[in-house]
Amino acid sequence: MSAYSRITWRDQLIGMAFAAPFIVGVAVLLVIPLGLSFYYSFCHYTMLTPPIWIGLKNYTHLISDDAFVRSLLNTCLFSAVSVPLALAWSLFLALLLNVPNRFRNIYRTIVFIPSLLPLVATAVIWRWMLSPVHGPINFVLKFPCRWVGGLLADIAVAFHAAPAFVHALRHLKPPLWLADGNWAMTTIILLSLWGVGQTVIIFLAGLDEIPLELYESAALDGATGWRRLRHVTLPMLTPVIFFNLVVGIIASWQVFDLPYVMTHGGPGRSTLFYSMYLFEAGFQQLRMGAACAMAWVQLVIILLLTVIAFWSARKWVHYR
Amino acid sequence: MSMPGQNRSALFAQRLLVQVALLAVALIYLAPLFWMLDTSVKTERQAMSHIPSGAGKAFSALLVPHPLHLDNYRKVIESPFFKMPLYARNTLVIALLVAIGSMLSASLVAYGLTKLRWHGRQILFWIVLGSMMLPFSVMMVPLYQIYRDFGWIGTNLPLWLPTFMAPPFYIFLLRQFYLTIPDELTEAAVIDGAGPFRIWWRIMVPLTRPALLVVGLFSFVASWNNFIGPLVYLTHQRTFTLALALQFFQTRHGGVAHTLLMAATVLVVLPIIVIFFLAQKTFIRGIATTGIKG
Repeated sequence: MSAYSRITWRDQLIGMAFAAPFIVGVAVLLVIPLGLSFYYSFCHYTMLTPPIWIGLKNYTHLISDDAFVRSLLNTCLFSAVSVPLALAWSLFLALLLNVPNRFRNIYRTIVFIPSLLPLVATAVIWRWMLSPVHGPINFVLKFPCRWVGGLLADIAVAFHAAPAFVHALRHLKPPLWLADGNWAMTTIILLSLWGVGQTVIIFLAGLDEIPLELYESAALDGATGWRRLRHVTLPMLTPVIFFNLVVGIIASWQVFDLPYVMTHGGPGRSTLFYSMYLFEAGFQQLRMGAACAMAWVQLVIILLLTVIAFWSARKWVHYR
Repeated sequence: MSMPGQNRSALFAQRLLVQVALLAVALIYLAPLFWMLDTSVKTERQAMSHIPSGAGKAFSALLVPHPLHLDNYRKVIESPFFKMPLYARNTLVIALLVAIGSMLSASLVAYGLTKLRWHGRQILFWIVLGSMMLPFSVMMVPLYQIYRDFGWIGTNLPLWLPTFMAPPFYIFLLRQFYLTIPDELTEAAVIDGAGPFRIWWRIMVPLTRPALLVVGLFSFVASWNNFIGPLVYLTHQRTFTLALALQFFQTRHGGVAHTLLMAATVLVVLPIIVIFFLAQKTFIRGIATTGIKG
C-alpha cells in the first residue's frame, strides 16, 4: 500500500461496507454453492433424500453413459466448428461494415438487432423459417435444387451412371434441417451465426482504435488491399480477436437455450448439448449428484481451454 | 479514397462488390424478422398455403398478406395458453428489479474497489474476474436447494434478488469506468467533510451515469431474455416470464398455429427492439468497451 497514509480501521470498515454486496454474494452465491456442488458430485443425491457418499462413482459412470458421451462429443464439435466460424464471420462482417458508406449505421443496426433478441424467440422464428414443408427457406431452395439436380442428372446420364444415382439427383431436395439427424447440428451451428452482432460491434470498436498513421505508412510502403489487411489490420486486431475467442469458447460450452427450444436434443441425440443433458440429468431424472459431477467436468474443460488460449496468446497476440 | 496504381474500373468493381455483400448480409439478417412479422398478420390458410409457383404471383402472395390479419394479436393476448398481459408484467417487474439491483450494488462495489483504500480489495477484484468465468451449471443444483429451503421456488425471488449482490460482470464494467475518474474530484469533497457514502451518491453516481445506464440496459435485456433461470425456478404458469411462456406456447400439446406463434413472438421481441432504438448509442458503446478496455 502507498506510503503517504496508513489504512485505518475506519478505512478498512468503510471499504468493506461498500464491497459488502459482493462479499455477501460471493459467500452465498459462490463459495457455499461451489462447496456443496463439489460434495454432491461424490454423492448419490436426489434432493428429496439426504445425499449418500458414493465416492467417484458419479464421475466413473459418466464414461459409460452413452448420452453423456454423445453430449460431450456434440459440444466439442459445436465448439470446434462454431467458435472459429463465428469469429471469421463476424470479422468479415466488421470489415464490411467498416467500409465508408452512406447507410453504414443502418447496416450495422440490422446486423446487431438479432443478437439482442431472446434466444427462445430466435429459436421459434427459425424453426418456422426452416420448416421443411411450409417454411420460406425450403420454398426458395426448392428451385435451385431442382435445377442443379436436373443438370447433374443429365451429366450423370451422359456418363452412364447407375439409374438409382440419376434418380436421386433428379429428385434432389433441400435438406430437412432440424428434422434430419445428419443436418440438425449443422443447422444449429449456422444459426449461431445469426446472433454474432455483439462480436461484430466489439470488432468494429477494435478497428476504430487502430491508429490511422499505421495505414498511412503502410500506403507509403505500397501496401494495399490484402497486404494491408494481413500486415496492419489483423495484427493490430489480435487482442480483440483473442478476447472474442475466449468469450466464444466459454459461451460455446454453455449453449442451452437454442437447441433446447429448437430440437430438445433431437432427432435422436444429434443435438444433445452438454448443458442440456446436465439439466436433464439433474432436474428431470433427479440425478443431482451426477449433474454436479458433470458441471465440475464442464468447469475443468472450460478452464483448460481458457488456459490453452492464454498460453497460445503469447505466440500470436500483439499487445501494443 | 483513391489509391495510386488502382484504376477506376477496379475501384468501381470493388465498391459494387461491397454494396452487393452489404445487401446480401442485410437480407440474411432481416429476412427472419420480416417473415415473423409477415406470418403474424396472415390467416392460417395464407401462412400454410402452398404458394403458387409463378414467380410474380409467388412474390406478391409471399410479401403482401392482403388484408392484414391483426386478429392473431387479439387471439394471442386473449389466449388462455399465452396470457400476454400477465407474462409481460411478470417479466417487466423482474427485469426492472434486476436493473435496479445491478446498478446499485455494482456501483457501490466498483467504487469500493477503485476509490477506497483497504486491505484485500485487490484479492476481491481477482475474485470478481474469476467468478465471471464460472458456468451457471456448477452452482445450479445447490442454489436450487438453497432457494427451496428458503421457500423461494415458484416465486420470482431467485431471479432478481441475487442481482442485488453485485453481479461480477457489471462490477468489472463499472470499475473500468471508475478508473478513468481522477481522484482530485473527490478530494475536495473529503476536505469539505463529506462521508464516503455521500461522495458516492452525490458525486460518483452522477459522474458515472453513462456507464450505469449501460449496466441498467444490459441487465434489463439479459433478464428479459433469460430462459434457463425461469425454466428452473418458476413452477406455476401464472408466474411465467415471456421467454419461458413462449417456449411453453410453442410446445403446447396439440400444437399451435404458426400465425399465433409468430404474433406472440413479435410481442416478446418488440419491447427489446424499441428499447434498442431508444438507447442505441448506449448499447453500442457498452458492448464496445467490454471488448476493448477488457
